[in-house]
Amino acid sequence: MKTKKKKYAKNYTAIDALKKGSLLTRISAIVFGAGCLVGGQLVKGLLYLTVEVGIFLYMIQNGFYNLGKLITLGDIEQQKVWNDAKSVYEYVDGDRSLIILLYGIITLAILFVAILLVRSSLKQAYKIQCLKEEGSHVPNLKEEVSELFNGNLHITLLALPIGGVLAFTILPLIFMISMAFTNYSVENSKLVLFDWVGLENFKRLISFGGSLGQTFWPVLGWTLIWALVATFSNYFLGLMLALFINWKEIRAKKMWRFFFVLTIAIPHFVTLLIIRTMLQPEGAVNIMLRNLGMIGAKESLPFFTNATWARVSVILINIWVGVPYMLLQVTGILQNIPQELYESARVDGAGPVVTFTKITLPYMMFIMMPYLITTFTGNVNNFNVIFLTSQGLPRPVDSTAGKTDLLVTWLYKLTIENQYYNVGAVIGIMTFVTLAIVSLITFKFSGSNKNEEAFR
Amino acid sequence: MSGFHKYPLHKKVKIVGAHIFLAFLSMIWLIPIVWVILTSFRGTKGSYSSTFFPTSYTLDNYKKLFTDFSVFSFPKMLFNTFLVAIVSCLISTFFVIAVAYTLSRLRFRIRKPLMNTAMIIHLFPGFMSMIAVYYIIKMLGWTAGPMLRVAMIAVYAGGAGCGYHIAKGFFDTIPMALDEAAMLDGASKWQVLTKIIMPLSRPVVVYTLLTSFAGPFKDFMLAKVLCGPNRDYYTVAVGLYQMLDVEYIDQWFCSFAAGAVIISIPVAILFLSTQKYYVEGVSGAVKG
Repeated sequence: MKTKKKKYAKNYTAIDALKKGSLLTRISAIVFGAGCLVGGQLVKGLLYLTVEVGIFLYMIQNGFYNLGKLITLGDIEQQKVWNDAKSVYEYVDGDRSLIILLYGIITLAILFVAILLVRSSLKQAYKIQCLKEEGSHVPNLKEEVSELFNGNLHITLLALPIGGVLAFTILPLIFMISMAFTNYSVENSKLVLFDWVGLENFKRLISFGGSLGQTFWPVLGWTLIWALVATFSNYFLGLMLALFINWKEIRAKKMWRFFFVLTIAIPHFVTLLIIRTMLQPEGAVNIMLRNLGMIGAKESLPFFTNATWARVSVILINIWVGVPYMLLQVTGILQNIPQELYESARVDGAGPVVTFTKITLPYMMFIMMPYLITTFTGNVNNFNVIFLTSQGLPRPVDSTAGKTDLLVTWLYKLTIENQYYNVGAVIGIMTFVTLAIVSLITFKFSGSNKNEEAFR
Repeated sequence: MSGFHKYPLHKKVKIVGAHIFLAFLSMIWLIPIVWVILTSFRGTKGSYSSTFFPTSYTLDNYKKLFTDFSVFSFPKMLFNTFLVAIVSCLISTFFVIAVAYTLSRLRFRIRKPLMNTAMIIHLFPGFMSMIAVYYIIKMLGWTAGPMLRVAMIAVYAGGAGCGYHIAKGFFDTIPMALDEAAMLDGASKWQVLTKIIMPLSRPVVVYTLLTSFAGPFKDFMLAKVLCGPNRDYYTVAVGLYQMLDVEYIDQWFCSFAAGAVIISIPVAILFLSTQKYYVEGVSGAVKG
């Protein structure tokens, strides 16, 4: 730890640069790279400067216009203009709010980058100033580049992946989140031109009175019940199955495990679609039951048509899907439990039940707490199991969500199928809020913040 | 079976019972798989059959996939899927390994904030950003034509850096002493990575390659939203899902089963050959 502190202590911050820096250092906040240029780091300084000029040109050409438009999200409607020469009506494009929103967000992102550059330019200039004052050597280009493969290796390795995440995960997320504050929706045909509406959508969603609220709360409730039941049923059944197969009297352990693991190996959408077909009113399961005489010749069990049946069905299907995963992981962990624990328990005369509750379960809980939270999160967002089997059905006539719909599948239906984009975005945010609260609470009370360096 | 006959009767009953119970459970887990294999060889058409076992067997369902292009072109789907899978698996493996290595073995100021950000991103519904990507791609005009493939690759691989956990778990288990010794001998961090850690990390690289290669074969959501009605660019998953549409299910159901069998075989082999690493990654096994 000591070496680390020492390394971090020699740190040039932007604030120090402004407070204690020379005039040249301070100028670097306005003319990026000034410090580098004067200090002898020509290429680096020029790079800074080029990027700055690029940003300025963009801002003057499009940036400020985009930002201005972002305030109103556009107000010019598409117009029909009579063209005398051709004697037809021609359409003149109006504003398209979605594009304005996207360009606005991209411009904001570029401005954010500009701020980061101001900071980094200041830091670089201050670093050169300090090095010169100390009389130390200012690194030249070759040294800087080779440092990218040594002390700054993390920058080299992370640049592209983080760029990818920013472009394909974070920017789209911000774009989607910002839709939650607009009236971009099929309602009142606001699909081309829409406006900011503040927290209006959130209010509508959480109010108990409105039609949206009356759908939201039951769906949220079912999502939480589903996630809890799905997570713990998989956990305990998987654990029991693993222990059962591990029992020393069971022959051909590998074969049994293989049977279960085989179901993971096959793509989920295939198995789920198959199960859906099998559970239809005329599907294989009902036919089997009829042939066995357990139900009448014309009867079928309402697997996805009765609300309670459907809910139990999806949970059972999820057990079918999830238990093999648990089996796979638990088998690995069980082999890691220190055998001395069991030895001493046996010496003390503990039976199998006591060993299970006092050793196996606590150990598994400790190791698997982070995994359980991840599974819970995964289950709240478990799109496939619901969408590919029950499809959220059965659905009450006056509602957009069915009895087995989770927040995610409802989000899908609202956006992709029904174009209520704003409400969809709000639901996404509410899902996030729910998950954040649950994970914070569990982490706080579980105390199993696994030390990642414990085994080194 | 040594010693089994020496057990008292009640223990024998217990053991036999346990095996019967396991066989019963395995049957529940295996029935859907057996059923789809049987259906893929079924002679009669339609999604419903009045018996569990088909009354006649045929290879026509497989033949249909490769000869009947009136609605779905299975070879084209296979080609799309392979193309997207190969390119995106190369990119995402690089991303994942780079991020995992950096977060596991290098120490720098924003390391913890980065990990926390990744955790926060995971709390948003996965396809929330995907829907936005869809709008963006639509605005770029990429939702039709060959650019769709680029879009799919970008979406599969672009955000891959966030899924570094299993690979990081692997790197965490390599003793730091190796790095330190090499650095004492004057190796740069880059040399430590390429000369020391990478040769040790073949399993996790293979694991990442194979799992990300399998991704486009398993995912159907994303490809479905991106492709919309563009049949020419369907991946196998979307195509198979579409075969169950009310319009086509009667003609195509058994071919759906055949297609499912065809793509399940390679995916299953990929999975079974990598499951060891998966288990180790999640359970944090420590190598001695």
